[in-house]
Amino acid sequence: MQYYMDYAPFAIKMTGVTKEYRLGQFGKGTLTKDIQSWWAKKRGKDDPNVKLENVGRMIGKDRFMALNGIDLEIKHGETVGLIGANGAGKSTLLKLLSRVTGPTDGSIEIYGRIASMLEVGTGFQGDLTGRENIYLNGTILGMTKSEIDKKMDAIIEFSEIGRHIDTPVKRYSSGMYVKLAFSVAANLDAEIMIMDEVLAVGDMAFQKKCIEKMRGIGEEHGKTILYVSHNMDTIKRLCDRCIVLNQGQVIFDGSANEAINLYMGKSRSFSHHYEYPESSHKRSRFRKVVIESADFPQEYSGQVFENEPIGFQIGVRGLADIAEMYLRIEVVNSLSTVVGMMVSEQSVQIQKNETIGVSVKMDSAHLAPGNYRANIIAEAFTESGEKMVLDTVDGAFTFEVAYNSEGITEQHAHWFADWNSNVRLNPLQISEI
Amino acid sequence: MEKKTTQALYHTVIEPKKLLHLNIGEIWRYRDLTWLFVKKDFTLIYKQTILGPLWLFLNPLLTTLIYTVVFGGIANISTNGVPKVLFYMAGNALWSFFSDAISKTATTFRDNAQVFGKIYFPRLTRPISIVIFMGINLALQLAMFLPFWLFYLIRGDVHPHWGLIWLLPVIIVFMAAMALGCGIIVSSVTTKYRDLTIAVTFGVKLWMYATPVVYPMATIENELLRKVILINPVTQPMELFRYVLFGEGDLSAVGLLWSAVFAVVIAIVGMMYFNKVEKTFMDTI
Repeated sequence: MQYYMDYAPFAIKMTGVTKEYRLGQFGKGTLTKDIQSWWAKKRGKDDPNVKLENVGRMIGKDRFMALNGIDLEIKHGETVGLIGANGAGKSTLLKLLSRVTGPTDGSIEIYGRIASMLEVGTGFQGDLTGRENIYLNGTILGMTKSEIDKKMDAIIEFSEIGRHIDTPVKRYSSGMYVKLAFSVAANLDAEIMIMDEVLAVGDMAFQKKCIEKMRGIGEEHGKTILYVSHNMDTIKRLCDRCIVLNQGQVIFDGSANEAINLYMGKSRSFSHHYEYPESSHKRSRFRKVVIESADFPQEYSGQVFENEPIGFQIGVRGLADIAEMYLRIEVVNSLSTVVGMMVSEQSVQIQKNETIGVSVKMDSAHLAPGNYRANIIAEAFTESGEKMVLDTVDGAFTFEVAYNSEGITEQHAHWFADWNSNVRLNPLQISEI
Repeated sequence: MEKKTTQALYHTVIEPKKLLHLNIGEIWRYRDLTWLFVKKDFTLIYKQTILGPLWLFLNPLLTTLIYTVVFGGIANISTNGVPKVLFYMAGNALWSFFSDAISKTATTFRDNAQVFGKIYFPRLTRPISIVIFMGINLALQLAMFLPFWLFYLIRGDVHPHWGLIWLLPVIIVFMAAMALGCGIIVSSVTTKYRDLTIAVTFGVKLWMYATPVVYPMATIENELLRKVILINPVTQPMELFRYVLFGEGDLSAVGLLWSAVFAVVIAIVGMMYFNKVEKTFMDTI
């Protein structure tokens, strides 16, 4: 590693990098359609192959900047986290760095070999054995065969696959598959590692082992690591520096703790009126309604107290007639884990093309103080009792659980927000001293 | 650590529009990967089959038999004195090497979109490995061809040009370059126009009939037809191949030169175009 440090002070340097995607279609996919379009144009007729949605919305706006002027320098041996909401440009940035696609403008300079794991087990072949796949995957990641030979024992040992190593990987369990893939990447000789949420796989014990391995790689071997995740906990444990992306730009570059706080606040800031555009809905197989909005009363401050339920309205539009629709709110903590939920016991009726405002009340009973996000889910049940998710909005609103003046604060023992717990069970009773 | 001082410095600059930059050194550095792809292709084809690698020999044997019966027996096309079995076996081996190499490399981007979209390695390693794989197939077929050839040689039915034997591998290398060039151009174009794949499957079949595979060049008497067939850059290598092996072939210096130039040019153009497309194809496919 010293070798590279002597040569250049940085491992990765990005200067004014942009990446532009064209929305809609590139060409029309087939030659005959292109010729059709050309012929129609020639005769002054409408292009028969323009997608209808493009007619109204896309004119003059058919370009989309996934990355908009990124300047970034990462030094040798740094472990850098990369966070940002969906669509902020994280994946695009990683794709550029791992050379899966090229930038539209700007330049990227890299000193060292990059091993990228945008997905574990890329290039694994089911019919080949574990050992054969180690060779294949290792060479795809840029190792030579003799380098792999030297590492073979370490890879097999780390993967915990043992004697199954000569079995075709199609007979592996998904856990074994992932373990093997991670071992190959973790034992690479590359100077720079790029990882996209790969640690969110395998069982808990293996995850822990992976994180330790990653830290070891960073600290002992001085490797440069760029890690993207939605798991703030791992980012906190792994990275000393963290970059926050928003709408294709770097909005923060500094300590991991500050970055996470900024990101959590940023993901959807407090407001009295929320509207949910099409992009904020999760895909659903039985999508029969659209959760359109949420409205909070003017006196609401963003804080929810235990003894004072807060009432608000959820706007729902029906895409079909639903006799019994139920609402559910999932409460998500800062580590993106669902820590609890509230289920409506009563149902609402909704008709096709009708927009209704459902008034609901929630309180913060049993939630530890802190900041939370809420997902809103509308669902119904079939006659056989199966659940159908009608629509989902993730991160629909944020709220803070706080204590009111006459609440628990009167007690001597405070509940601290940085205790790693989100559920406040009943107080521990000391009956005898 | 001690290795580090002697290792190469890996320095990469990624910029848009470096279209004509062909990194041969990098492809060489990934030679182990190329070789593993070749091995993988062999393993995958014959895993979970009954006859396994036997197909390698069954396939050309059956094709030769059919050609001998249909073209030699029923259509009664002259082979210019060369024993029919030898004539068809050699022609089929060389032609199927060429056509299989084209049709397999022609789907490089489509077949590997999954892997290409997740990770970088020199994309050319994939089509190159396919051509090498086909080359090994050809070598095996020629090994099978050898006893037949020796049989007729001993009987005195064929008269090889011994002094030109060294040309055989040269012919194969040029045909490999041609196949690689054509294949990767098609695969690059198909990232935009998918229907080209269908045209290629059909086109390669037609191409065979424009190449002296099941007939010798010498039997073509129509001047126009001769010209058309001579424009085909595969014609002369095919004739030369049989000229060396059997002593019969219709050669012309201009034709041979044209084939050689075509092979070099199409390979270079193909690699440049492929190189250009590989940088952005993930955004279009």
